[in-house]
Amino acid sequence: MYPILEKKKLNNNVEEMVILAPYVARHCEPGQFIILRVDAEGERIPLTIAEYNREKGSVSIIYQVAGFTTRKLSEKKVGDAIVDFVGPLGRPTELHPIKRVIGIGGGVGAAPLYPQLKKLSEMGTSVDVILGARSKDLIILEEKFSKFCKNVYVTTDDGSYGVKGLVTEKLKALVDAGEKYDEVIAIGPVIMMKFVSLLTQPWGLKTNVSLNPIMVDGTGMCGGCRVTVGGRTKFACVDGPDFDGHQVDYDELMRRQSMYKTEEAHSCKIGLRVD
Amino acid sequence: MPPNMSPKKVPIPEQKPDERIKNFQEVALGYTPEQAVQESLRCLQCKTRPCVAGCPVSVMIPEFIKKVSEGNFEEAYRLLAKENCLPAICGRVCPQETQCEILCVRGKKGEPVAIGRLERFVADYAMGHMPQEVPEIKKNGIQVAIAGGGPAGLTCAGELARMGYDVTIFEALHALGGVLMYGIPEFRLPKNLVAKEIANALSLGVKIEKNVIIGKSITVDELFQEGFQAVFIGCGAGLPSFLKIEGENLNGVYSANEFLTRANLMKAYDFPNVPTPVKIGKRVAVVGGGNVAMDAARTAKRLGAKEVYIVYRRSEAELPARAEEVHHAKEEGIIFKLLRNPVKILGKDGWVAGLECVEMELGEPDESGRRRPIEKKGSNFEFPVETVIIAIGGTPNPLIRQTTPGLEAQKWGGIIVDEATMKTSKEGVYAGGDIVTGAATVILAMGAGKKAAVAIHEALQKSHSQTTGA
Repeated sequence: MYPILEKKKLNNNVEEMVILAPYVARHCEPGQFIILRVDAEGERIPLTIAEYNREKGSVSIIYQVAGFTTRKLSEKKVGDAIVDFVGPLGRPTELHPIKRVIGIGGGVGAAPLYPQLKKLSEMGTSVDVILGARSKDLIILEEKFSKFCKNVYVTTDDGSYGVKGLVTEKLKALVDAGEKYDEVIAIGPVIMMKFVSLLTQPWGLKTNVSLNPIMVDGTGMCGGCRVTVGGRTKFACVDGPDFDGHQVDYDELMRRQSMYKTEEAHSCKIGLRVD
Repeated sequence: MPPNMSPKKVPIPEQKPDERIKNFQEVALGYTPEQAVQESLRCLQCKTRPCVAGCPVSVMIPEFIKKVSEGNFEEAYRLLAKENCLPAICGRVCPQETQCEILCVRGKKGEPVAIGRLERFVADYAMGHMPQEVPEIKKNGIQVAIAGGGPAGLTCAGELARMGYDVTIFEALHALGGVLMYGIPEFRLPKNLVAKEIANALSLGVKIEKNVIIGKSITVDELFQEGFQAVFIGCGAGLPSFLKIEGENLNGVYSANEFLTRANLMKAYDFPNVPTPVKIGKRVAVVGGGNVAMDAARTAKRLGAKEVYIVYRRSEAELPARAEEVHHAKEEGIIFKLLRNPVKILGKDGWVAGLECVEMELGEPDESGRRRPIEKKGSNFEFPVETVIIAIGGTPNPLIRQTTPGLEAQKWGGIIVDEATMKTSKEGVYAGGDIVTGAATVILAMGAGKKAAVAIHEALQKSHSQTTGA
């Protein structure tokens, strides 16, 4: 059993939990994820690691209460425990010091983006971030990002906070205004990662994305998470979850993510879904 | 009692095909005590014990069968369990027809003794009637780590625990058993029985760490730093192979691993009572001809598919599946499309709509000794299906290989071992099961686990007597 050490609401339907999981905490790195089961009859869902504390042996996860299992998870309180919590899964993001990076976090995608940008900042990289969501109350972690980011830009679809518009419009405006970046890291809904990649490709601007397909075991055993990258089939769980954004077949990924749409209420399609 | 000279095995009661395709309960129901005694009397009690030589774990076959014939089922179990820590499982899934039974003298004129059915009977009897007997053992305080809680790891752990070692099994999934839990379906191997038999085998205080992935959560080198003095790797060949043909990423295409894991481990057959779903079309094509393909096809039928096809590129004689599985599949209405090879999965709106195959014929034998299938040019044809399940085997998981310096592996990923001891190229590290052989059988993995346990014991005794000067 894996005790819940802390729990807090980040907005109306996004929550953060700190879980005691020493075997995950000892080696996990930015970009990696875990799979959990809330209870004995539960399904396995992947969630990205948002933060970790090696001394305490704890790992923090951020999730949107969107489906059957995240609702069950949300019912748990501090002091309760969840039955299974395995990781770290996936390859760590390949982070190396560069001059300047801009991160783009769509909705709850800001959570996995956070450790990556933080580590880059610690390596001496100058970091900007664009946080985008439908409306103000869906923006998360702004304060945390502002601690190390030079510029934190916010966009909302309805204009209730920051600039009204999409993250891609903001990125284009920045680049048009002469801002120079060596790399983009975009994490959020597949449709957002697709359009960020389409925008940056003609600029030759390297763009890293983190994918969240359906998976069962997370160790390469089921192959459910196959994605086409550069014309080749990859398993997101062991070859990713990070890939070169310009090589990913996003349309196939979106289609595959909708495989259990009719089973929506009990879907195992979790990860970093932002509706 | 007089010997039973019938040339035929005592038949085992089974659920009728038209009934069993509507449920996930076990197909074969097992012998009654009377049937077991009847069958045991077919054993000639050969002094030369040819059957034992065919058993990878050397079960005392004539001896336990003798006890059955005397009606002493408890003693029969004690003899059986001495060499095999998972007899209820092996009685069900071992390919006895190519191991012990093929060597049975009775098989020369008629059917061999039904060793597998008797093993199953004795193990089931013990599970239902005997209190667990935990032998007194003297702990030696030496720690051994086992990576992977499948048949190889469980056997190695059980054996070492009996010798007094402090054994810890590290399992990546949330349940022990490996392929016994996620792969083999409930109707062939009930999961509560697997859980019970595993608990029994590990009753000597084996520690279990679930949700730990060796190579990710902790490395082999770190295990040694933490005080483990030997490590056994039995992580299986769980990485599914795909055909690499067009349309394989369409919705509705599963690896057999994913399909069976959803259905078995995650109990998707009970959806929506459980949260994990599985998609099943009216028409399902399973590609492959092994036991896993049969399991997938028969599971698909039980999940409600109307037409289920096995698509296999060679002929019936080359089917790698056990004859019994093929027989059961046919009884259940599985349609065999033999000498057919898929070349393309057809799609409509992103979902599987059909399978394009090409006809094959058999040419000269290849390196495996089986006749090589050759494509008949221009013989392509299509048929409609909504689900395609790829059951063409898998390769070893690379995680441990990639994170363990000094561990040598074959090009295809199998860990290289000394076959007598299962010792790898790295000091103190042993390996066995599918991660060494590629996809094989439960019992071969168990045999490897047992062999490794003996070798680990010998090596550790030696090093300890040296360090203590004893």
